[in-house]
Amino acid sequence: MKKEINFTLNGNPVKIEVMPNEKLLDVLRDRLGVKSPKHGCGRGECGACSVLLNGKSIRSCITLAIEVDGQEITTLEGLEKNGMTDLQKSFLQHNSFQCGFCAPGMTITATELLNKNPHPDEEEVREAIAGNLCRCTGYQNIIDAILDVSKKE
Amino acid sequence: MERELKYVGKRAVRIDGLEKITGAAKYTDDLDFGPSMLYVAVLESPYAHAIIKNIDTSEAEKMPGVRAVLSGKDFPEKFGLYLKDNSIFPADRVRYIGEQVAAVVAETPAQAKAAVKKIKVDYEPLPVLQNPLDAIKPDAPLIHPDLGKYEVVPWLYPQPGTNIAHVRKIRKGDVDKAFEEAEYVLEDWYHVPHVVHAPIETHISVALYSYDGRLTLWNSTQSPHTQRNIIAHSLKIPHKNVRVIASYVGGGFGGKAGISMEVIAAVAAMKVPGHPVKLRWTRKQEFQNSSQRQELYAHIKMGVNKEGKIIALKHELFWDVGASAEYGSNVVNATGFSATGPYYIPNVYIDSFAIYTNRPPCGAYRGFGYSEFHFGIESHMDRMAKMIGMDPVEFRRKNAIRRGQPVAYGVEMNPTGILECIDKVAEKIEWGKEDKSPDPTKVRAKGFAAVWKAPAMPPNESSAAFLKFSEDGSINLLVSGMELGQGFLTAMAKIAAEELSLPLEKIRVELPDTDRNPYEWQTVASHVTWSCGNAVRRAAIDARNQILDTVSRAYHIDKANLYLEDGKVKCYTDPEFELPYEDFVINGIEMPDGTFRGGPIMGHGMFMPEFTSAKVNPETGLGGHPNVHYTTGAGAVEIEIDKETGRIRVLKMAEAFDAGKAINPDLVEGQIIGGFVQGLGTALWEEVKFDENGRILNPNFTDYKIPTALDVPRDMNPIIVEVAQPDGPFGARGIAEHTMIPVMPAVANAVENALGIRIKDVPITPEKILNALKEKEQKNEN
Ligand code: FES
Ligand code: FES
Repeated sequence: MKKEINFTLNGNPVKIEVMPNEKLLDVLRDRLGVKSPKHGCGRGECGACSVLLNGKSIRSCITLAIEVDGQEITTLEGLEKNGMTDLQKSFLQHNSFQCGFCAPGMTITATELLNKNPHPDEEEVREAIAGNLCRCTGYQNIIDAILDVSKKE
Repeated sequence: MERELKYVGKRAVRIDGLEKITGAAKYTDDLDFGPSMLYVAVLESPYAHAIIKNIDTSEAEKMPGVRAVLSGKDFPEKFGLYLKDNSIFPADRVRYIGEQVAAVVAETPAQAKAAVKKIKVDYEPLPVLQNPLDAIKPDAPLIHPDLGKYEVVPWLYPQPGTNIAHVRKIRKGDVDKAFEEAEYVLEDWYHVPHVVHAPIETHISVALYSYDGRLTLWNSTQSPHTQRNIIAHSLKIPHKNVRVIASYVGGGFGGKAGISMEVIAAVAAMKVPGHPVKLRWTRKQEFQNSSQRQELYAHIKMGVNKEGKIIALKHELFWDVGASAEYGSNVVNATGFSATGPYYIPNVYIDSFAIYTNRPPCGAYRGFGYSEFHFGIESHMDRMAKMIGMDPVEFRRKNAIRRGQPVAYGVEMNPTGILECIDKVAEKIEWGKEDKSPDPTKVRAKGFAAVWKAPAMPPNESSAAFLKFSEDGSINLLVSGMELGQGFLTAMAKIAAEELSLPLEKIRVELPDTDRNPYEWQTVASHVTWSCGNAVRRAAIDARNQILDTVSRAYHIDKANLYLEDGKVKCYTDPEFELPYEDFVINGIEMPDGTFRGGPIMGHGMFMPEFTSAKVNPETGLGGHPNVHYTTGAGAVEIEIDKETGRIRVLKMAEAFDAGKAINPDLVEGQIIGGFVQGLGTALWEEVKFDENGRILNPNFTDYKIPTALDVPRDMNPIIVEVAQPDGPFGARGIAEHTMIPVMPAVANAVENALGIRIKDVPITPEKILNALKEKEQKNEN
């Protein structure tokens, strides 16, 4: 029943046997030790588990691991390989997060946005992160940090 | 001498920020426990109320991978924070849908789930109570027939033979007479439904029981020491053998206060010594098996005299606390003492009832009941103001409680910046200035609310702190308050930094481990900045005294001439004298003869508010000192309503709170914005819906909507007011919960100002708006 898949995880090749019903989030967290994507709902509703699939953000909790065979997955661990990104530095300066649980997913989504659209306006930022729930911050400091870094570039 | 503050009150990057934004912060589910980990799954009751006639676990025990099966037969103990009415697994009856009846420990989560399905339970269904107004009727079936037998703290009054878990009464002055004298009297009902905390991280617990009787738990919790105490006490394990290690918490909001599912992990671990066991709630379980916010039906009658002074208030609060009141009874108690709102009222009659129903247990939720009763009080304030023809902001100013005036239970009000909060919010929201929508189908209006809240705590709550220097003059500060995102760690570091004149980079303060860190009651009640802050301050002063003693002895300088500055000991009388901490805080100071003076510097401090007392007359609520102090504030919104769809958008908000002294101003502002948005959810969308059997209909984020980045006002204005709290660290008092409280009534008041309709039942949905508009039209036609 198990199937071997090969994919690139944060720049490194990964070969692993997975069950056809295994979720990408569980494989990343429990089997590959990549802990930045979080489990918030398991139903694709909160965005805490967001990762990049070939540069596009997806919900890893509703993505089957076998679907990423041959693809490229990036998590926070990969984004910051060469040190913190400007976006992360901006989040830090703005005290953007409180409990921090939504931070990895939010960072993935905001990274995708800035890659596609380096100079978004405020409404575009809100649109982009609307699928990432944060119960603590009221979003303002997150939005300010994203806008700030978009202005600098 | 008044020193200028270097750290307290200054903006800083939060000290947990780096870990969180890099994804390195460890939450409980991120910890690794190796391959011997086992997993727990629970069997949930399908009935909201039923007798358990029999539980047969034999087939489940035979399932693959199963290591243990647990049910109420094994663990008859009752537990609870204030009223021990909760069961680990109920042995005799279930009281809400989803209640955990049994659990399986197995090698994989899938095996545990599969085995749970094989447990057979015989139920005999009982009538289901879902409304507290029904459950309080004399002939209502009893949900806790053994209420009289439960252990309870002396200041709660369960009423055996009824569904009333507690009633808090206030009888001050003579309300009947005052109502007769009042020029204006208004009475009405208000309703606030159940809502949930919805932290993005669900509850999680990992427990390990070793063969030598040591129980270790890794929990996502606001209450490490309280959990240790409850577990040790109810499972009869010596406290020294119970250890709670706290990771970062992915959102608490009161939901992770006290204890809930962690006891299941604990007893499961005890069945399989040597194996860590993990229990993590699904999102659905987070809705039904952790705790919810109480539902409230409130009846308010207010009397005002010719001058516009409130002279009488009768406030009856009927709280649905769900199937257990172990924690929620204190919500009911706390609000009973404070349900006047932030006003001086000479004649007060309050009844606050904790009523059992067959809904999930309710407990602490950011605001601790104050959001719910302020919805009624602050809606009522606006309506009274209209009735007497006074501006609602002016009416609040006129009646706002001043320092020294007695609160409802008779004690004098602490120093308060409530008038400043009201004025600053009115100014920021441009109260009185009309704003027209460019779109003719939309109307704009503003709404206002003033609030207060006291920490609700047992009179002997306490905090402790310990700090130790290392060779390089840096310190490790040990406390057991929890970083929930509010900025606790940063606040404690700043307080120590200030007292020891030590840069923040030289201070490390982390999450607690109950084995190593000193006692803290819980991180609740918005009290840790105040209470634990005081303990840290005392620990720092203790260390400072040791430093000055050592230097004074070694150099024969009068202690009074020594002071600390930037990590050095300096001397008023000798400007040349300068001794960096690293030169002596561990290894002491060498004397001319080669001997040394001093030794490792370690400060400790503790704090207990020794002036509080829960001993009040149960019939009047008077005679004690149940609360330490109140934090006051005000909030206002500007909204735009689409008359055709009934949809509300909040365009702008302003909120001000009297923080006494903002230790971290930027983090205080973060609390205000975050709390406002959480309040906005409850004002406009959030409501747990139940079917007629008591089953939750919307236990997920699709059907239970919490605010997204698109839903929040584009113009948010947090305001900090600082009227010092005399017994607070640098004058500080808490504000974190308060930020949610003004929102529901401010929005309801804005709706009335916009459309002339009064919504007395949150959330204020488009449907309610359209119905009210229709009703108004029909009235106008008749
Ligand atoms: S955990 Fe994947 S969207 Fe919530
Ligand atoms: S910071 Fe807590 S959920 Fe976003």
